[in-house]
Amino acid sequence: MSGRVWKFGDDVNTDVLAPGIYIKLPLEELASHCLETITPNFANEVREGDFVVGGKNFGIGSSREQAAQVLKALGIAAVIAPSFGGIFYRNAFNLGLPAIVLDTIDQIDDKHELEIDLKTSGIKNVSTGHDLTGEAIPENLLALVEAGGLVPFLEHKLGKNG
Amino acid sequence: MTLAEKIIAKAAGRDNVEPGEIVTCTVDLAMIHDSGGPRRVKPAMEKLGVNVWDPVKVVLVSDHFAPCTDAESAAILKLTRQWAAEQGITNFYDQQGICHVVTPERGHLAPGMFAVGGDSHSPTGGAFGCYMFGIGATDMLGILVTGETWLKVPETICINWSGKLSEGVAAKDMALKMCATLGMDGGGYQAVQYSGETIENLDMMERMTLCNMAAELGAQAGLIEPDETTATYITAAGGDPGDWAAFCSDADAEYKTTHEFATTDLAPQVAAPHSPANAADVSDIEYTEIDQFYIGACTGAKLNDLEMAAAVLKGNKIAPSKRLTIAPASSQILTAATKQGIIEIFLNAGSNLLPPGCGACAGYGVGVLAEDEVCLASTARNFQGRMGASSSKVYLASPYTVAASAVAGHITDPRVVLAS
Ligand code: SF4
Repeated sequence: MSGRVWKFGDDVNTDVLAPGIYIKLPLEELASHCLETITPNFANEVREGDFVVGGKNFGIGSSREQAAQVLKALGIAAVIAPSFGGIFYRNAFNLGLPAIVLDTIDQIDDKHELEIDLKTSGIKNVSTGHDLTGEAIPENLLALVEAGGLVPFLEHKLGKNG
Repeated sequence: MTLAEKIIAKAAGRDNVEPGEIVTCTVDLAMIHDSGGPRRVKPAMEKLGVNVWDPVKVVLVSDHFAPCTDAESAAILKLTRQWAAEQGITNFYDQQGICHVVTPERGHLAPGMFAVGGDSHSPTGGAFGCYMFGIGATDMLGILVTGETWLKVPETICINWSGKLSEGVAAKDMALKMCATLGMDGGGYQAVQYSGETIENLDMMERMTLCNMAAELGAQAGLIEPDETTATYITAAGGDPGDWAAFCSDADAEYKTTHEFATTDLAPQVAAPHSPANAADVSDIEYTEIDQFYIGACTGAKLNDLEMAAAVLKGNKIAPSKRLTIAPASSQILTAATKQGIIEIFLNAGSNLLPPGCGACAGYGVGVLAEDEVCLASTARNFQGRMGASSSKVYLASPYTVAASAVAGHITDPRVVLAS
C-alpha cells in the first residue's frame, strides 16, 4: 500500500482522536472532529490511503475504540509510531487498521509518500528513498488485518461464511 | 513467577508463562458499561447470530450516560436495558454508580481472577489481586462470544512505596507523583505491581485509586498482592476471597525494573493541563483561578474521597461565584455518606450534587465545561477537551486539594485549611 503522511507528536490521546462531547454522534460526524483540537484541517483534508505517523504513546487514554474507528473511517490505511497506547493497539487491529511499531519515525516527515508491506513491516520512504523496517506484526494480528477485523474473522471462525 | 504471571498462567491453563509469549486465556469476568457495551456489541452479535458465552460472568453497569441528558443518551440507556434482558444478564446495575466501583462493591471480584473491562480504568480491579485490564468494544465482542482472549504476557514492573502518608496527602497524590516521575508510558503496557509498607497500610479504596491510575502510567494492569484487608473487604461485599494468600509474587520472581518511592516529603500534587504527567507539588503551581471544582469519578469520589473532602469543607463555604460539583461514585457510597452526615456538609458548604455515575469526567454526561472554562478535578485524566468544550482546561488533584481550593477559589494547599 502507498500513501501520504500526516505526522503528529507524542502522546496523541483518545480524547483528541474521538472527543467525548461528540461520542454519541454517528461515526461520520464524530470523525469530522478527529484531531481538530491539534490539527483543525486534518479531517477535511485527509485522503483515502493516507498514513498517520505519530510520536511515542500514540492512542494513549480511553478504551473507546472510536479513536481507531474514526481514523479508519477517514480512510487512514495504517498508523505508525514508536509506541502505542496498549488498548488503542488492540482496538486498531480488531477494526482492521494496522498499527506498526517503528523507532525511526524521525526519518519520516509530514506529507512524505510511503510504501508499506505489512507482511514484513517494510516501509519505503518514497520521498527520501530510505528503506525503514518496523517491528514485525504478530501473526494473530496480521490474520485480523487480512480478515478485515475481528468481526469478519469471527464470522469465518464461527462458520457463518461457510 | 510474579502475581501477574501466576494469574495469566492459570487462565491460560499452563503451569507457567514467560513474558513476551502470546497466550490465549479463559476470561473469569467481563465488565461492560453503557458506552462501550451493548450499543456497540449488539449489532455485531446479531450479525454473527450468537449470544453471550456465559451471562453469569458478565457484569453490566450503566454509568457513562447515566442519568441521560437528551434523547440520544436516553436511547443508549434503553438499548442497554433491552440487551441485558435479551441476554439474561442478571448482574446489571442500572444507574447505581461507576462500573469500577460498583463491580467490587457488589462482591464480583476476587483474587486470582483473570478479568477484562470495556473501559481503560479497568486496572482498578488489580487492587483486589485480579489481573484486570481494559479493552475496546470489538475486543469485548470477541470475549462475549468466545469467553477467551489473547494476551502478550507482560513483564512486571515493581513500584515500592515506603513510609506513611501524612495528613492531607492521599493515594491520588502518590499516583500523580508516579505519573510525573515515570511518565504516561512508564508502564509500557506491562503489569505494574505496587508494594511496600505504604501500600500495606492503605485501605481498599485508596488501593483502588492507585490501580485505577495504572492506566495513566500506560500499564496494562496495576496489581496489589491481596492481604487481610482485601479479604475482609470482599467478604463484607458479599463475595468470596477464596484462596487469596496463594496470589502473591514468589520471592524469586523476576521484575523488569523496580522503582522506589517514599512518602517522606510527598506534598499534595496538582497536574496541570493537559496531562497527568504534568504533576508538581501544589506549592509549585502558579496562582490559578478555577471556574468549576469537581469531585467525582471512579478515581476520586469513593467514600474515602468524600470523607477527605468533608474533612476540609466542614464548617466552610465555597468561595463566592464558584461552583463545587460532587458526583458520588456509587449509590452505596451516597447512602454511607448520607448516614455519616457528609452530604449535609457538602450542601451546607454550597456544593451541588450530581447523581452517582461518571458525570462530567469524560464529557459524556452532566456538569461539563463551557469554552475556556477551567476545572480542578479529582478525576484521573485531564486531556485537552476531556470534560467538555475543546478549549476548556482541567487540573487534577486529590479530593483534599479540590475541596480546599473550592473554599479558597483558586488552587491551594489543603494542609493549610486542615490545620486551621
Ligand atoms: S468516572 Fe471517568 S474515568 Fe471513571 S469510568 Fe467514568 S468516565 Fe471513566
